[in-house]
This record gives sequence, structure tokens and C-alpha cells, in this order.
Amino acid sequence: MQDHAKFKQQAKAIYRLMAGLFGLFIVAAIGILLLVSNPDWTQKKITEVEPEYVAIPEQDDFDKIENGIHIRTGLKEADGLMAVVNNCTNCHSAKLVTQNRMNEERWIATIRWMQETQNLWDLGNNEEIIVNYLVTNYPPKNKGRREVLSNIEWYDLED
Amino acid sequence: MKRRNFVKKATLGSMASVIGADIVFGAVLPEGYKPLALQDPDPFKMFNKDTGMEVLNDKPWNIEAKAHLLDDKVTPNKFMFIRNNGLIPEDIDINKWTITFDGESVTKEKTYSLAELKSKFPHYTYQLTLECGGNGRSEFDPPAKGNQWTVGAVSCATWTGVRLKDVLEDVGIKDNAVYIGYHATDVHLSRDPGKEPISRGAPMAKALQEETLLAFKMNNEDIPLAHGYPLRLIAGGWPASVSGKWINRISVRNKVHDGTKMTGTAYRVPCNPVAPGEKVKDEDMCIIESMPVKSLITYPKSGAMINEGKKLDIRGHAWAGELEVERMEYSIDFGSTWQSCPIEKPSNRLAWQHFSASIDFPKKGYYEVWARATDSRGTTQPMLLPGWNPKGYLNNACHRIAVKVT
Repeated sequence: MQDHAKFKQQAKAIYRLMAGLFGLFIVAAIGILLLVSNPDWTQKKITEVEPEYVAIPEQDDFDKIENGIHIRTGLKEADGLMAVVNNCTNCHSAKLVTQNRMNEERWIATIRWMQETQNLWDLGNNEEIIVNYLVTNYPPKNKGRREVLSNIEWYDLED
Repeated sequence: MKRRNFVKKATLGSMASVIGADIVFGAVLPEGYKPLALQDPDPFKMFNKDTGMEVLNDKPWNIEAKAHLLDDKVTPNKFMFIRNNGLIPEDIDINKWTITFDGESVTKEKTYSLAELKSKFPHYTYQLTLECGGNGRSEFDPPAKGNQWTVGAVSCATWTGVRLKDVLEDVGIKDNAVYIGYHATDVHLSRDPGKEPISRGAPMAKALQEETLLAFKMNNEDIPLAHGYPLRLIAGGWPASVSGKWINRISVRNKVHDGTKMTGTAYRVPCNPVAPGEKVKDEDMCIIESMPVKSLITYPKSGAMINEGKKLDIRGHAWAGELEVERMEYSIDFGSTWQSCPIEKPSNRLAWQHFSASIDFPKKGYYEVWARATDSRGTTQPMLLPGWNPKGYLNNACHRIAVKVT
């Protein structure tokens, strides 16, 4: 009886080990798939420890563009898009770019401020590409001293 | 508060159910690895916010309310704006949380545990208005850089804590104290540990006010993580950036605090008025102190259609930084004529005040209801944008809602 119980226990232990190895195999397989489909993945992980921002593994979908919008970031599709994605969305969200409207001088001043105080790197030849993209796609809009109320959603007010 | 661990456990659990066995080596899964389903967090669930709130930025998180969501007299968490400069701290252990008082002007450096702070000093509760200095930035022309807040970066919750002045008295401060500056555990966007996302403060006069708190409760509950759990400074009526979140150190300075976002164009406006778009030298910029007089129509939501002959009941809140609102008026003819309406006294100093009115419209058509408040010094909200400044602060132009009488 003792032996039988012991055997059962051993069998259980082996089963657990096998299951564990199988689990590890799955994890490794996922890891390899990620690495193959997107070689930058490991690099991304180092710079982007914030867990929400782990790269999405499918290369096809990763930089998907729909109706002229780069889905992952919300940036407009135009010349220089990927230079902006790769240099301007590492630290902060692209929403900080798409919310803003500036002329060339002020976009450059913003880049300088980020380089001086926020650890932004030297953009090299990409700087001109990035600034052109920003000025072309996110130029200032004249609003005057007060704008007309817009985007009003009309509804019947019940008592 | 160990979100990462929670997620990791959840991951292991769900993977285990797929595999049909425990993942024995789950503990060695890569730190950043998470299932795809958890990669795009739902901020409304994560922060318990109403889905009507507007996400302006997701790294760092910046979320604002809309006027009609701020109808409550005391703002609940679900309608409270989030303004973060860096990344929200992780792995907060309240049993190990301490706050240290240091700087040139303390007689001796002193550290308190959270429990000591709570047991040693009397507790006070106040309802306090917190408005982001950049609330209304989106209206400036030329546009100002930063999160494009419209009207919803304001709240008035109740805050419970100990008076900063009681603690400073216990620490002991020198006669040459000029300013306090806070330090906190949030993480810089670049993840450079040598950089602070924000480290602002206030002059001693504000630090020593009765309503200036080291708070640990909001609306009678633990402060939500996004709003500074477990400890934050609350300085009502001043730009909300003075009310530092997740604070673990306060420096008592013998000069104006020079931490991150105390200098340059951050939370500073031209000392003298300038033309829109004008360049302003650093030395000509002054730190924002009290916020200006302002009001919001929180009911009805803009876009209401009513039948001819019906009255329209409106209500909302008004506040005036360090001051009190003394008069409230509304106009339905684009500011040509103004009608007074009752304004309640604040529940305590630095709390917003409530107004209401019942409006008759003379005939069918498109109307805008404009609201304007006047503070105890006789200063009234402008109908157009106030003075332009490089970072688009202090827009207190009167709030407007659209109404149709059919």
C-alpha cells in the first residue's frame, strides 16, 4: 500500500514536471515567434518597461494605416511618419503630438527643450524630416479671441 | 498596489487554464511579458472614471471632465480630472511610506512614517477647489504647447489630512524660510531616475494656511492611486500642480524653490501683459499663485432644446482662487445684458460655490447662455480670452452653452 502511494506521488511529481516543461515550451515558443516576427521586440522591452506598451507581435498589424491614420499612434500618414513614430513616441504618447499645433520655429524650440531637459537624443538628419512632417500635418489654426461654439450635440431637454 | 504582480498572477492563471496545468516556472516569466488582452488598458476601468471623460494623453495619463459631468456639489472620483507629468508610481507599500522634511531652512531634518503623521497631528477635512493652471489652454491663439484642456480640468472634492503648518511647526523651521518644495515618487517619462517629473511648491504664507493639508483621504476614502495615494499635498485655489501627489519629501527652502516646472515657462506667465505670440524673456515671467475667478454651467449639458414658453433651469459652480465669489450673472444675448442670480456661500474657504437660475426666453431661436462670476475684489470673468501667455495658462473666459427654443 505504502509503495503504491509513493508511486502515485512520484507519478504526480513527474506529471507536474512535464506540465511545467510544456508550459515553459509554450512560453519559449511565443518568445521565439515574437522575436522572428519583430526583431526589435527585445529592444523595445528594454526601453519600454511600462507593461502596457509591449509591442504587438503581428508585423502586418503593427504599423497598420487606416483612412490615412497610423492606427497604433493616431498620427496622420504622410512623409516622415515613421521618423516621428520612432523618435517621438518612446517617452510620451503620440497624443501629445496630435493635440498640438505649432509653426516650424516653435516645433524646433520644443525639440530643443526636450533635448535640453527631457533626454531626447540628437535627431541628426531626421530632424528636418520630423519638423517638416509636423509643420505640414499639425500647423497652427487661427482661432481669434474666441471661437464659435461647435460640435454641439442637440437633444430634447425633458422636464 | 502591486499591479505588476497582480497582472503576472492573472497571466499565469489564464495561461494555466489554456495549458491545463500549473506553470511551474511561471515565476521566471519575463518581467514585461503580458497577455495581449492586457496590453491596451482601459483607463476608465483602471482609474474608475466615467466613460464620458476625455483622454487627452495616455503617456503620461491626462484625462479631463466635461462641464455637465461636474454637476455634483462635491466632485466624486469618477468625474475628477487626472493631470500627470510622469508615470504613476508602482509597488507602493504604505507600511514603509515615509515623508522627510529637509532643506536649508529646517532646524533639523526629520522623517515621519505615514502612521506617525496620522496619529501625531489632528485631522482636518475641507472641500477644496483644484484647477489645473492650463485649464482652458485649447482656446489660446497662437496655440500654446501642452495638453489641450478645454473646461474640465477642475474639481472640488473633500480632502482629509493633517495641516502642513502643524507638521512644519513640529519639524522646526528657521526665520529665513521662503518656500516649500515637494518631491514625489512618480517616475520621469524617460525613466531617468535622476530626473523628477515635477517638483513644485508654494511660498511659506500659502504653506502655513489652515487649509493647506498633507492629505491621505479624498471624499472619506483612501486617495485613488492616480490622485496621489497614499499622501499628497493639497493647496486649494492655486494651480493644482502645487498640490503634489505621491509625496515623500518636503524641502523648506531659503529661496524660491527651483525644482522641475518651477522655472522657464512652466506655471509662469508674463509679469506684464504681452501681445499674443510675443517672446518673453525668462526673467520677465512670474510664478502663478492664486487662480483667477471662474465659473461653469454644469446643467444643462450644452445643446439643450426646449419648447417655446418653457423656462430653462440652469445651475453650476463658481470659484475665485484665494478669494470668494461675490456676484454671479448670466446673459442670453451674447453679453449685451446680464441678469444676477443667487450664489451660495462656500462650504469652507477655497471651496467652489453653487449658483442657479431659471431663465425665460423671449422667442424661438438659437441662444447661448453665458455665465460670469465676480470675485470679492470686484474682478469679473472676461467674455473673450484673457491675456495671452506662452504656455496658455489662466483662461477664465466665461463659460457658454448652446440652447435652442423651438
